[in-house]
Amino acid sequence: MGNVVVRDYMIPANDFTVAGEASSSVRKILTQLGVTPHAVKRTSIAMYEAEINAVIHGHGGKAHVEIDENKIFIQISDEGPGIADLELAMQEGYSTAPDSIREMGFGAGMGLSNIKKHSDLLKIDTEINRGTTVNITVFFNK
Amino acid sequence: MEQEYFHSVTLDKDKCKGCTNCIKHCPTEAIRVRNGKAVIIRERCIDCGECIRVCPYHAKKAVTDPLSSIEEYKYKIALPAPSLYGQFGTNFSRERIIDALKHFGFDYVFEVARAAEIVTHASAQYMKNEKIKKPVISSACPAVVRLIQVRFPSLIENLIRIESPMEVAAALSKREVHDKFGIPFEDMGAFFISPCAAKVTSVEAPYENKKSNVDGVLALKDIYLPLLDIMKKQKEEIPEQFSLSSAIGVAWAGTGGESQALKKGRRIAVHGIKNINAILEQAVQEGLNDIDFIEALACPEGCIGGPLTVENPFIAKVNLKNEIDKISRNDGHRIHKIDNVDELIWKSTVEYRPIMQLDDNMMKALEKMQRIDEITESLPGLDCGACGAPSCRALAEDIVMENAKETDCIFKLREKVNDIAHQLHQIDDMYPSD
Repeated sequence: MGNVVVRDYMIPANDFTVAGEASSSVRKILTQLGVTPHAVKRTSIAMYEAEINAVIHGHGGKAHVEIDENKIFIQISDEGPGIADLELAMQEGYSTAPDSIREMGFGAGMGLSNIKKHSDLLKIDTEINRGTTVNITVFFNK
Repeated sequence: MEQEYFHSVTLDKDKCKGCTNCIKHCPTEAIRVRNGKAVIIRERCIDCGECIRVCPYHAKKAVTDPLSSIEEYKYKIALPAPSLYGQFGTNFSRERIIDALKHFGFDYVFEVARAAEIVTHASAQYMKNEKIKKPVISSACPAVVRLIQVRFPSLIENLIRIESPMEVAAALSKREVHDKFGIPFEDMGAFFISPCAAKVTSVEAPYENKKSNVDGVLALKDIYLPLLDIMKKQKEEIPEQFSLSSAIGVAWAGTGGESQALKKGRRIAVHGIKNINAILEQAVQEGLNDIDFIEALACPEGCIGGPLTVENPFIAKVNLKNEIDKISRNDGHRIHKIDNVDELIWKSTVEYRPIMQLDDNMMKALEKMQRIDEITESLPGLDCGACGAPSCRALAEDIVMENAKETDCIFKLREKVNDIAHQLHQIDDMYPSD
């Protein structure tokens, strides 16, 4: 069962110039592995959103990625403020992003709902003042 | 199904010095230096012409047809790209250039700018359909379409499914000549005068229909001097012709022309292959659904910056602007169009070309990826290019795909030589000395 490709990325805080690099790198890997364009696209969108969330809300963090022949598992964790009301945060359009972030075109409140839409399994662990871990799984044959 | 993949950028081996300029600039990592000469990995080349632009020794060129090839046809049609009008400066108006084409030997001139207007009209109709996938991405630049085919397959559905101005010009010009003069179609040869290599490819191996209506492609730089000679000898004033294309069609030659012509919606104009890569990457990740239209031209400043042009693109831009201003003063915004827009819609679609894929079998691909990771880790990470691959990772991929060996890396080679020297030294020590 050794055929797992693993990647780890640092996600720097508040730096939009590098935001999206991890998901971009993962997209290239999946393409090289021959994953279908549809699954690559879903993964890219879900991971990108989670990455941006960590940049905006989580003071940065890290991404851990495992790819096997059937699926990709992505874990994005930060040590940020945590999410007070997860159910509310999952709703489209709900956002706690400050105006400065919204002015840059981010923080429209589509992040978590977009991740859910583009992933097959989504598990979010969050604790106030401790941080948030987003676990995303996308199956390739769906 | 697998037909031989055609591309038009080639190497002049005698001129190639085996430097690393081209391998470093290729957007699809399609070039390697092997045995001191550049080698183009055929199926990866998208004909963007970036290597032609950066090669200091002019060893990269595009295969185009010789000027004499027009003689193969009884009735010769010229299809000048609008970028041609930017090449000659203020003394040479569009009318003079078109007149010179006729003196050169063409029987008929059909401006591609006119076809560009027809495409503009068709695109505007196309954009009205609410079901189309946003952002709509222009398909006018063949290098961009090919880039999407190999690197951004999920954006294929965003490509505008309308034939390019060149193809439209070829088809309409032949019909026009047939209707006006009763010339049989088999006697006609339609020649596109091209600023770039990618257009040659889209004639030889069209993605939108089975066979192109264009019969040959002449390089703009080849016909430049003959046209200039003719124009310098032109004595009489060439009267202004009102049947020519409008400002909208001519503006397609530069960045912003196509997108501004659409008039409606949030449109962006992106030029230069690196910028296009970046915007397409963003389109995959973020969707960019708030943008209606992306004009994407692989060359800096658009087609006037094509690798087969003569004039500096910024000078060509101001030349073109003069021409556009003149046209606008004279006859406003009249635009050519055809009634049956459906005629211009692609009959088939472009397909994903998974050339970056390591193996058809996912398990094997994963194994290869793991080995690539390991090898990359062991390489110096300088991306110096001395091995002939654009980066250490690209070398690792080549090693795993059995197209290169570890000692192609000069640092690895040095390690190995040191090891051998060390071993020799040890053996030497084993012999009793006299």
